[in-house]
Amino acid sequence: MGKTVLLAHGGGGQQTQDLIANVFQAHFANPLFTADDAAVLKIEQTKLAFSTDGFIVSPYKFPGGDIGKLSICGTVNDLACMGARPLWITCAFILEEGFELSDLEMIAASMAKTAEEAQVKIVAGDTKVANHGHVDKIFITTSGIGQIEVENHPAGHKAQPSDAIIVSGDIGRHGAAILLAREKFDIEAEITSDCAPLCGLVEKIMPYSPHIHVIRDATRGGVGTVLYEIAAQSKVGIRLKTQDIPVAPSVHGLCQMLGLDPLYLACEGRLVLFVTQDMAPKVVDLLKSTTYGQNAAIIGYVDGAQKPGSVVLETAIGATTILPRPTGELLPRIC
Amino acid sequence: MSQESANDSAISQTRKIIEEYHGKPLRIMEVCGTHTHEIFRLGLRQILPENITLISGPGCPVCVTPTSFIDEALWLGLKAKAIICTFGDLLRVPGSDTSLLEARSQGLDVRLVYSPLDALKIAQEEPKREVVFLSVGFETTVPAECLAATSAKEQGIENFSLLVANKTMPKAYQALKGSADAFLYPGHVCAITGTKDCADLVDQGVSGVVAGFTAAELLTALAAIVIKSAANKPFFLNCYPRVVSEDGNLSARKLINDTMEACDCEWRGLGNIVGSGLKLKSQWQDFDAKLRFNIPKLESRVHPGCRCGAVLQGKCLPNDCKLFGQACRPEHPIGACMVSSEGTCAAYYQYSNW
Repeated sequence: MGKTVLLAHGGGGQQTQDLIANVFQAHFANPLFTADDAAVLKIEQTKLAFSTDGFIVSPYKFPGGDIGKLSICGTVNDLACMGARPLWITCAFILEEGFELSDLEMIAASMAKTAEEAQVKIVAGDTKVANHGHVDKIFITTSGIGQIEVENHPAGHKAQPSDAIIVSGDIGRHGAAILLAREKFDIEAEITSDCAPLCGLVEKIMPYSPHIHVIRDATRGGVGTVLYEIAAQSKVGIRLKTQDIPVAPSVHGLCQMLGLDPLYLACEGRLVLFVTQDMAPKVVDLLKSTTYGQNAAIIGYVDGAQKPGSVVLETAIGATTILPRPTGELLPRIC
Repeated sequence: MSQESANDSAISQTRKIIEEYHGKPLRIMEVCGTHTHEIFRLGLRQILPENITLISGPGCPVCVTPTSFIDEALWLGLKAKAIICTFGDLLRVPGSDTSLLEARSQGLDVRLVYSPLDALKIAQEEPKREVVFLSVGFETTVPAECLAATSAKEQGIENFSLLVANKTMPKAYQALKGSADAFLYPGHVCAITGTKDCADLVDQGVSGVVAGFTAAELLTALAAIVIKSAANKPFFLNCYPRVVSEDGNLSARKLINDTMEACDCEWRGLGNIVGSGLKLKSQWQDFDAKLRFNIPKLESRVHPGCRCGAVLQGKCLPNDCKLFGQACRPEHPIGACMVSSEGTCAAYYQYSNW
């Protein structure tokens, strides 16, 4: 089949068939994976969650993951945040002519492994090849469908005064790992991305769903952006305690050096949850019992007395400040 | 005692000293952008008694870079067609007519780098283009800029030069003496220079303490000023000894002394301060962009309503400026103090409105 992706691989002819059979079918094979125009899926009378996401991360391999793993986690986590159990995923690849087939295989294998862990089936896909220089190596878009089995599913507008705010682990690792992987700083630090499928975490806490008002995964804009989104959607004020926000020492050090706020560094495997105060410790315990939730912590609460839409921080000296909104350019292409 | 509880106890003790201060009014000026930012981030002003005022002085290199420097950089990029390499914050600083960022649409080739040595690399990779690095900043960034010039010479890289507007702090303290009762000296700068320059200022009647950047370190420095002020005579104290020594970083200082020498220098808002700038010494002049390109005298203008100069001297607060938060915002800065996240106006803007 050769060693690199050729324009002919996207032409629709024999070489396209070969690519699909040798790379994608080989890795994604399952009874639902279709060779037809669309996968046919059977659903009972049920509520569904349906989401799509595009991935253009550079570099496409980074400590703790790669674009393939990221593309499954991204959509799986979006579905899980609605309280859904992810069922099916489709994926569309845009490849640059000349892309190494061995790397494509690595990415497909990584997608398959992540999908298996998340117990989601990749059921259909598409491949296009663009001329050299027209895309940067590989872009992936995934779409996913999940089933909502609970009566009250969480949503961004449901945060209530006095809700506790929980993060499912230490924040900012994906953004920090990508920054370092770009090798512009000559800083040596061991930081791996937090990229992970979080449907297992959500499944674990769903028995408490009436108490779980909001779940959102913190991606590109970090936890800070999510908090401002929820504050606006739910029309509530949010109060955080700086000292309680979990940040790995290496991420903290990098942020100090580069003048970044970990609250605005990207995560790809972290949930932000708004949970009734009485149930919050229980939910934290359950999260801590999972692989990806070991550093879960309560970081603040919804303050009914505060201006709706605001996010404030109690600082190390006991004063209170506003969480500044992010300014300047976001890092290009981190997810 | 664990590190954490030692920290907590330092915070509560120093906080008490500051809160219980009832002496004469004290104006304390910080002259480091990182201090400005940390003071806001910690909400430090909230715990100060009424008779202590914190003033944000000219410590952010972007804020004190004059309009004429940006105009010269634009001239080099647009007229002399050089590749302009710079730290990110300078991109949005307004020149007389436009900023480096906006000038991209006029064909300016401006590259964001994280170190002057990255700019040197670009010069190696593109030997047919002239590459100019915008050399601003205090003693913390100067060593890397000197290293870029000396490495260019050693490696025979002829298409690289520096547009130099570096500044040093001691003369500025003297110029600002009347604006504050004591300075919070910048910990990072002192880590390079050592403490002698600041300690010697006591003879000129200038008081201050070297401060670190954590909550405990900043509170300790402020508490030290409160205690020392009671004696009514000029003082100096190093409150950041874990990083700052008397001699500073000897090899960095040697590199600076070998490569650069003092010159007069224009500060945005403060005007010309004698002996407060740095320029390349004669043996490195081949790498001085001003000389290499023979930049003509440019007529620079600042926005007539901008009060950055008064803000930098502590003569007014950002919200006393009519442009603040209206025409001048972080996404559309008119004055340099609104550009960098460490700029006084930007910090006031970000931490207000709640």
